[in-house]
Amino acid sequence: MRRPRTPAPLLVPATLAVAFLVLPLAGLLIRTPWSQLGALLTAPGVGQALRLSLVSATLATAVSVVLGVPLAWVLARSRARGRAVLRALVTVPLVLPPVVGGVALFLVLGRQGIVGSWLAATTGITIPFTTAAVVIAETFVAMPFLVISVEGALRAADARFEDAAATLGADRWTTFRRVTLPLVAPGVAAGAVLCWARALGEFGATITFAGNFPGTTQTMPLAVYLALQRDPQAAIVLSLVLLLVSVATLLLLRDRWLGRGAAA
Amino acid sequence: MRERMAAVLAAVVLGATACGGGDDAAASSASDDGGGLTGTLTVFAAASLTDVFTDLGQRLERANPDLTVQFNFAGSSALATQLTQGAPADVFASANGAQMDVVTDAGLADGDPTVFTANVLQIAVPAGNPAGVTGLADLGREELTVAVCAPEVPCGAAAEDVFTAAGVTPRPDTQEEDVRAALTKVELGEVDAALVYATDVVAAGDAVEGIAVPEAEDAVNDYLLCTLAAAPDPEAARAFVDLVLSEEGQQALEAAGFRAP
Repeated sequence: MRRPRTPAPLLVPATLAVAFLVLPLAGLLIRTPWSQLGALLTAPGVGQALRLSLVSATLATAVSVVLGVPLAWVLARSRARGRAVLRALVTVPLVLPPVVGGVALFLVLGRQGIVGSWLAATTGITIPFTTAAVVIAETFVAMPFLVISVEGALRAADARFEDAAATLGADRWTTFRRVTLPLVAPGVAAGAVLCWARALGEFGATITFAGNFPGTTQTMPLAVYLALQRDPQAAIVLSLVLLLVSVATLLLLRDRWLGRGAAA
Repeated sequence: MRERMAAVLAAVVLGATACGGGDDAAASSASDDGGGLTGTLTVFAAASLTDVFTDLGQRLERANPDLTVQFNFAGSSALATQLTQGAPADVFASANGAQMDVVTDAGLADGDPTVFTANVLQIAVPAGNPAGVTGLADLGREELTVAVCAPEVPCGAAAEDVFTAAGVTPRPDTQEEDVRAALTKVELGEVDAALVYATDVVAAGDAVEGIAVPEAEDAVNDYLLCTLAAAPDPEAARAFVDLVLSEEGQQALEAAGFRAP
């Protein structure tokens, strides 16, 4: 069967959407000072910031999957009352300005915070201004993207497979593991990618809660912002590096890990 | 933000009364230009000027009921970028020379910029000074949580000069993107000390205490302002600059912790 041609009423806005999303990127490429590329790339701190960005975004995604998939299941499948309120609450970070999110994290996990002051008093551990704080800030901002994606996938999945598994004697945990999870795997993968991308670009909550220190908390978006204060050309190059690395990573993952689900 | 709302509100109310009541609003200001300015004056000013300039803008509006003064407060470098990218404005006030240079080099200034005030660095500590900070040397203590501005932004560049001059190696836990971000962390009690401007300590009120830094006297930060060549309202722009440079304007700046240039 041949795929249908795109109807004209869809084609025009779709083309506009592409232009709107791609042109700023083209601007970035056009303005890149290619001749200075080498020098700017090997500048001290660039590799460090890039590595920190990749590591912290990946950790934030891992935490989000471990905690967010079960949360998505609760939102999609459980019959608990107040789910609508719960959904609204856990998606608050989506609408919250990230800087406010960073201040909110201080109020809870800062050394004067509700949990943080207790932690500091009992263990001597303080979270702000550490790499852990970067991961926490990124997780706070990015996890809702995963939760929403996975919840959508769970709602779209055919519940009759789960019913069948139950009739055949599988307990609920086995059903989740052997039936539900494989069924929504593409949704989880897509959610994880969204989550990772959001974490990689995170700026506001990170610079507020984790601060900015090269090697410890200075991720690429922070390095880009500060470079912009002194040398806009360097900022463009740094943005480009972040962009290329993230696109390359996503393409690699798409082939290796996401498999047919995302490619379909 | 609330102050800006209040400024707008005050302008509206005063504008309304002045329409019916004649010239008493204009007479109440010492620095009027005859009260005949009209239109909208747009001022781009360094974030540290927020409180003083909002106040001065209100005074100009009181003296000129048909004039609306609007501000864009942000980091000087962000403002300089906006101006070179074509943002329309009448006046630019920069917290340092480098960012003013960006604007003058682009040929956007009308005449030479004027140094109108200065700011000096101070150590800000949370109320009660829990870590017992006494001077610049404490910012080199490993066990303290310390914030400074990133070297890329003006307050960070000034801080570097001060540390170098004093022979102190700072051990910051974070290099903040602007001075207010550093101050916020002091207000929240999340850092033991931060190097900020004297004006920020005044603006923060009781939540923050200031400790003078004698070593900072050699790194006083000059503030410059200019009217812009493409000013949509050059007359009002001139009046605002005159107000800032007047006795009245200088007093308002000093009350906010600035010092005479």
